[in-house]
Amino acid sequence: MSFALALENITCTFVSREDRAVRYTAVKDTTLSVAPGEFVSVVGPTGCGKTTLLNVAAGLLEPSTGKVSVFGEPLAGINTRAGYLFQSEALMPWRNALDNITAGLEFRGLEAREYLEKGNDWLRRVGLGGFGDRYPHQLSGGMRKRVSLAQTLILDPQILLMDEPFSALDVQTRQLMENELLELWSANRKSVVFITHDLEEAIALADRVVVLSAGPATHPIGDYRIDIPRPRDVAEVRLVPRFIELHREIWHAMKDEVLKGYAQQLQ
Amino acid sequence: MRSSSSNLALRFWQALILVGVFAAWHLLTAPGILPPIYFDDPHRAPFLFGEPLKVFSRIWVWFAGGDIYRHLWVTLVETLLAFVIGTVAGLAMGIWLALAPTASAIFDPYIKALNAMPRVILAPIFFVWFGLGIASKVALGVTLVFFIVFFNVYQGVREVSPVVLANVRMLGASPKQLLRYVYLPSAMSWVFASLHNAVGLAFVGAVVGEYLGSSEGVGYLILQAEGVFDINTVFAGILVLTVFALVLDWVVTLAEKRLMGWQPRSGETERI
Ligand SMILES: Nc1ncnc2c1ncn2[C@@H]1O[C@H](COP(=O)(O)OP(=O)(O)OP(=O)(O)O)[C@@H](O)[C@H]1O
Ligand SMILES: [Mg+2]
Repeated sequence: MSFALALENITCTFVSREDRAVRYTAVKDTTLSVAPGEFVSVVGPTGCGKTTLLNVAAGLLEPSTGKVSVFGEPLAGINTRAGYLFQSEALMPWRNALDNITAGLEFRGLEAREYLEKGNDWLRRVGLGGFGDRYPHQLSGGMRKRVSLAQTLILDPQILLMDEPFSALDVQTRQLMENELLELWSANRKSVVFITHDLEEAIALADRVVVLSAGPATHPIGDYRIDIPRPRDVAEVRLVPRFIELHREIWHAMKDEVLKGYAQQLQ
Repeated sequence: MRSSSSNLALRFWQALILVGVFAAWHLLTAPGILPPIYFDDPHRAPFLFGEPLKVFSRIWVWFAGGDIYRHLWVTLVETLLAFVIGTVAGLAMGIWLALAPTASAIFDPYIKALNAMPRVILAPIFFVWFGLGIASKVALGVTLVFFIVFFNVYQGVREVSPVVLANVRMLGASPKQLLRYVYLPSAMSWVFASLHNAVGLAFVGAVVGEYLGSSEGVGYLILQAEGVFDINTVFAGILVLTVFALVLDWVVTLAEKRLMGWQPRSGETERI
């Protein structure tokens, strides 16, 4: 079977620009594959190299060693079959919400009538119906995240790379968005790599949870199949006995790494 | 937002200062008002510093008689041409060098040298190359405008947020589209910051060029008046030029407001 996305023995070493001798190996020898239609969550302590790994998968960062393949073909340059939801602000500040959402369709040469119709539709789907003409700085952090989500999903990518997409949202909105994401995903199964700090979120959403070690030289230390039946409701699933069991098991494996990562950041 | 009544007060004080300056000028120069303090001859002060009433009547004669329009037009054309050519060239060159690190590294010392050079000294060369007509003034203005726009654009393009850039690339933009949808709009905010200076410098290029050698333009009027020690006409020319520059600056501000509406401004809440 060919994977939608396969990272094989990826190592990323950053070299300081000022001093070539100063180097930092963020990710070492990491192998991660995602089957078509599979939802994989990646959890790991802060600063361990999750974003780095996702950048490699997106084709934005060339790994020092290792191979990336997308639907069986080696990746060269930008991963055109993937949509990427960035962790930090990524909207164009000079375009309003609607124009940001439709940007990808514009790049593909669609006609204005067509992309505006789709754009307005997505604006409503992310709950921003009346906010199309607002510029990013006039939206709240959560609203901007939703614009980003619509901007990515409107292109209907086969692979969805999401970097802590909901961490800026309040708990209620977050659960709404998580359920919305699950619904969108089950209607049209994309391969998803979902990065989060939050183990509960990871378990509630995913088919598989991959746990990364603390940096430097981050690598996966656990890979758990989440056999909780779908459809799930992210609020209710947290009360299912199997959820609690899995949570305890994964947390047990993670705890030391989280403490390690935290201790490193304090230094 | 400032309330409209305090805005009105502001305008009042501004107008008062203007009136005050002209009144002081009048008092200090009109012969026979002040006893001789510094100059023994009462006509010495107006000879050196002009008289506001005569300056205004000079301006009145210019505009009512229609003499000035031809000269203003020439200066305007020179300024606008220098402004447009310099801005477009600065924009193109700035974007190109910002996106081509090798070329930028090669040209770096030469650009620094050209920028450090007092470029007004190029005027005689331009007179030789382009003659005494409009072209030499435009060339002088262009050399002044170009660098200020160039450096701002260069900076603007390099400061594009890498995340925004990565996002737009992931959304499928081609290199050409990156230029049009990311680099240009991002550079524009820096360009507008420099355009106020650029307008002023285009103007300097035109007037200094006229002053150094020409047969029309406001700079030429000033030069002529100076030749016959007609200080009132010199001041009249300076006043007209100042108002003219303010109008151009105001046009830039209008364009900026229209094109840069997306930029966050502080304090956008309404106070009731
Ligand atoms: N361009 C870079 N140059 C040097 N070091 C880098 C670079 N990018 C990332 N790093 C380092 O690599 C490590 C991993 O960074 P990364 O952004 O992938 O962490 P993360 O797991 O996404 O963290 P968080 O959960 O806080 O977002 C960090 O220690 C960071 O300092
Ligand atoms: Mg990160």
